[in-house]
Amino acid sequence: MATGIKDKVAILGMGCSKFGERWDASPEDLMLEAYNEAMADAGITPEQLGAAWYSTHMEDVGTGRGGTPMSIALRLPNIGVTRVENFCAGGSEAVRAAVYAVAAGACDIALALGVEKLKDTGYGGLPMAQVGTYIPQWYPNAVAPANFAQLASAYRTKHGIDAALLKRAISHVSIKSHANGAKNPKAHLQKPITEEQCMKAPIIAAPLGLFDCCGVSDGAAAVVVTTPEIARALGKTDLVTFKALQLAVSNGWELQSSQWDGSYVHTARIAAKKAYQEAGIRDPRKELSMTEVHDCFSITELVTMEDLGLSGEGQAVRDVLDGVFDADGEVPCQIDGGLKCFGHPVGASGIRMLYEIYLQLQGRAGPRQLADPKTGLIHNLGGQPSQNVCSISIVGLEGA
Amino acid sequence: MIGITGFGGYLPRLRLSRQAVAQANAWYAPNFAGRKGTRSMANWDEDSITMAVAAARDCLGPAEDRQHVRAVFLASDTLPFAERLNAGIVAGALTLADDIDALDMGGSQRAALSAVVQAVARVQSGAGDVLVLAADDRKTRAASPQELDYGDAAAALLIGRDKVLAEFLGAGTLSVDFVDHFRATGEDVDYHWEERWVRDEGIGKLMPRAVTAALQQAGVNAAQVDHFIFPSSFAKMDAQLAKACGIRAEAVVDALLDRVGDSGLPHGLLLLAHVLERAQPGQVIVVSQFGSGAQALVFRVTDAIASFQPARGVGEWLARGAEERNYTKFLAFKGQLQLERGMRGEQDKKTALSTAWRHHTALLGLVAGRCEVTGSVHFPPSRLSYDLGSPLQDTQKPYKLADRSAKILSWSAEYLSYHPAPPHHYGQIDFDGGGRILMDFTDLDVGEVDSGTAMEMVFRVKDVDERRGFTRYFWKATPVRAASVNP
Repeated sequence: MATGIKDKVAILGMGCSKFGERWDASPEDLMLEAYNEAMADAGITPEQLGAAWYSTHMEDVGTGRGGTPMSIALRLPNIGVTRVENFCAGGSEAVRAAVYAVAAGACDIALALGVEKLKDTGYGGLPMAQVGTYIPQWYPNAVAPANFAQLASAYRTKHGIDAALLKRAISHVSIKSHANGAKNPKAHLQKPITEEQCMKAPIIAAPLGLFDCCGVSDGAAAVVVTTPEIARALGKTDLVTFKALQLAVSNGWELQSSQWDGSYVHTARIAAKKAYQEAGIRDPRKELSMTEVHDCFSITELVTMEDLGLSGEGQAVRDVLDGVFDADGEVPCQIDGGLKCFGHPVGASGIRMLYEIYLQLQGRAGPRQLADPKTGLIHNLGGQPSQNVCSISIVGLEGA
Repeated sequence: MIGITGFGGYLPRLRLSRQAVAQANAWYAPNFAGRKGTRSMANWDEDSITMAVAAARDCLGPAEDRQHVRAVFLASDTLPFAERLNAGIVAGALTLADDIDALDMGGSQRAALSAVVQAVARVQSGAGDVLVLAADDRKTRAASPQELDYGDAAAALLIGRDKVLAEFLGAGTLSVDFVDHFRATGEDVDYHWEERWVRDEGIGKLMPRAVTAALQQAGVNAAQVDHFIFPSSFAKMDAQLAKACGIRAEAVVDALLDRVGDSGLPHGLLLLAHVLERAQPGQVIVVSQFGSGAQALVFRVTDAIASFQPARGVGEWLARGAEERNYTKFLAFKGQLQLERGMRGEQDKKTALSTAWRHHTALLGLVAGRCEVTGSVHFPPSRLSYDLGSPLQDTQKPYKLADRSAKILSWSAEYLSYHPAPPHHYGQIDFDGGGRILMDFTDLDVGEVDSGTAMEMVFRVKDVDERRGFTRYFWKATPVRAASVNP
């Protein structure tokens, strides 16, 4: 009988590079930036690492395939390094592998690091992906904004919500994240925006405008994990431990059957339910201090509030506009600016989300520090609404 | 009795305003200032193959069983492939049986009439119907008369013995090397000789011989002809020819030049399909065309004519046009204007031919798989069916989606990627009776669709691999439209 991951593994140290258009930095530089901070925070030497997991999505514009790019970039001591790739949720997957390795007793201390170098393509936005030889022969030459924008048309139709009201609600999602990002020196975008700016921005994929889309950023993030016992032996206090690690992956049901209504993310609901069970959470809106969700687009964050059970069905529009998820709201979301403003270096994003919650729980978040947070949730989504991988992790103070 | 047992046509939705063209080119070619009306204009994702498929579907209707079609002849002077059977692509899209004859024909503007004669001969000697398709999507030079005169269109005739709507009575043919215009292999546009010579020495002398021969074989007196079809963009040429042949002036069929233009090779069959929509039992129809000689066919409408209606018919295609006043869009769609595509336009469109063959029924015919146990429909078809329960293995049977009603579940229109006609619309389509495909939309305007909009399937160009010269095709969703009031 599986007993779950709750409190079996603790964070020993974390690091995160400055995100943004890092014209100055190679992927190797970004990795080193995150790694240096994480190792200094952990207070260990490379020889103490037992194994490492490495997340990067676009090997074609980034670092290439396999584990060697990270091992060479960091000159790791010939330990096992495994590349994991699971769309935009790869970062959380690297963490999951490292945490499970420690929980299994396969190693004492493990490293998970994610990196993405997106700004060497020559253009804005994500590169066009090649997806095998069959899919391009029938599937639209799809881009992420239009994949996620479809949530808006289906959600609006299902709940009978006026298009202008929905646009205002998703604008609020972005305005909130920009306000939060302005307090984060590592964020890609650090300027607040107005509702007018957001509503009038050029349309990228109807109804999403420029400010409804997250930043396309370079960056890296790293975490060192170990057992609570080893962490304490190394002198750590106020431990942040893993409460739940869940992943749900689409199997074609949403894409092919006519049962999914297109207005929510099926896997997110499955992963959330399992994660709450694993962490022992009954009322997420009351028990979670904060969330870092996969706000690749404003509409994604809005429907995610319902998928996570933080808003009732069809209620997210009202909750968002009421400020429930603002920095001073009931359950602050994207207190670091989120993908929207901290930025979205694909393979690093899941670890960046963990980084913010770790800082918040340790009271180290500076001007954006929340009052007395105990537990945080990470929602890291890869793919698109109709076929995706959804990772949900819950971390909290040990004993919380 | 052998003759026409079905007919259909197709006109692209876009109708280019001649005035818009003339205005754009006025600095260079002021002589076109007075041109009026519209010409049909293929969308960027249409070509002779896709238009032929559309005309064939208009003719055949949403029939599940097309086993009666034993041959398909595709006549066109603008076939996308010089080698790769174009008619084979059409047959695949129509889900015709594998063991049919499929033939590409072309070379002159009367090739569609030759195809009909060959179809009659084939029906005479064997079993089954022959589907004759004609389509053209011609290129022209900017500021040329042809740019304004031509149009893009397709037509379809089913030739057989059962329930004949118009009996084939006879044909007259001249095959001579009279070169009024030509286009060398690999060239894009036609080269024309002087109009007066073509009128006097060509049409004026050769066409009456073919028409007279056809009437003679048919045993019909010229005065008995009720509908005389001779498509020509030369003013009053059809009336002059009718007079020369002894055919009554009122029999001359309007060639739709003001709205469609002259579509070339398919134009004779297009006008024939249009005439058949209103023809009465007993009426005699002559359809004739000029090109590397002359050809004329004679039909007599039967009592069965009222029993058939094309899915839409030329009349409805005419009525559902949308005027296009954007001349640069026309140039871009015809490949005459290189628009900046951005780096996303650099994407390689290489097609894995082995993959294409493995999945050819799904890709060309839009054939899904329907689970015989649960009834769930899967596209693409797969060995495993899944219906929020246990997967079932090897339970799917082929299930055609192309003619089923459908509606939009979710959609967007994006300006980010390279698309020949931005914004790129696509979304999830749900079919009545099951089945869902996330697919491209085409032939629509911004703001025209939303979740719930009724859509239908059209066979279109999916991508063009310009580096290797390969076009791949798939199905797209387009709004189900009532005929528009303009133009």
